[in-house]
Amino acid sequence: MTGPDVAWYVAVAAVLFGIGALGVLIRRNTLVVLLSLELMLNAGNLALIALSRHFHNGAGQIFALAVMAVAASEVCVGLGLVVALNRRHLSLDVDTLSELKG
Amino acid sequence: MILASAGNVVVWMVWVVAAFSCLGSGVAVISFSNPFFSALALIGNLASLAVMYLLLNAEFVAAAQVLVYAGAVVVMFLFVIAYVGPRRETPWSGGPSWQTVGAVAAAGALLVEIVVAVGMQANGSLHSDGKVGAAFGTPAWIGRVFLVDHLLAFEITSVVLLIAAVGGVILGSHSQRGTAR
Repeated sequence: MTGPDVAWYVAVAAVLFGIGALGVLIRRNTLVVLLSLELMLNAGNLALIALSRHFHNGAGQIFALAVMAVAASEVCVGLGLVVALNRRHLSLDVDTLSELKG
Repeated sequence: MILASAGNVVVWMVWVVAAFSCLGSGVAVISFSNPFFSALALIGNLASLAVMYLLLNAEFVAAAQVLVYAGAVVVMFLFVIAYVGPRRETPWSGGPSWQTVGAVAAAGALLVEIVVAVGMQANGSLHSDGKVGAAFGTPAWIGRVFLVDHLLAFEITSVVLLIAAVGGVILGSHSQRGTAR
């Protein structure tokens, strides 16, 4: 059970990170920007786990679990912001949210 | 020998399916105009990533990925999308086209930079058979590594989650006071 080299996994992670970065840059809806951030975090997780397997080192998997916790925290705060914006009847378009005025 | 090569072919096939569904659902996440479908596409992305984690002997992380992301994060996303209501938005023509061109160029440059940096740093050393022990990636092994070697990271992670939960509550209650005034 050998399968593909670690380099293939890292290549998939790089392309997935590029897709996520493109989504963050190109989309205007705050929710979709948050979803694209999740894609970027998952690409980082894939690279961490692939290299953890390559170097026989458990620290990569531990770091991937910590990244998952950070992603959950980010979703918690980001969706809280979205709900707060929606309560004030503000637009969810990231281009119109240019002022930090309450 | 024939059995081993057949197993290798099966692993390759599973990997190819998982990689293509991972990248395809990633493209679907950023290209659906309805955020509801984007969140559903993210579930496919997470499931195919979990398959790749299983191929990489990371059973516990794959289970945690499915539980945490598909079970909690995506459900929360779907809840908020349903709460906010459907807001359609065309992904590729939302504004001036030079912004789209610039975004594509920036993302492409980032991808090229990652590939060049990883390629130069790895320099062909990422090709190995990678035999690991039977305990690698099992919950017992992860638990020992996490709670013995990386105990401080574990505790700090719990504090980060607590602070995020408190921040979410404060954001919600503050916005309620703002509308009441």
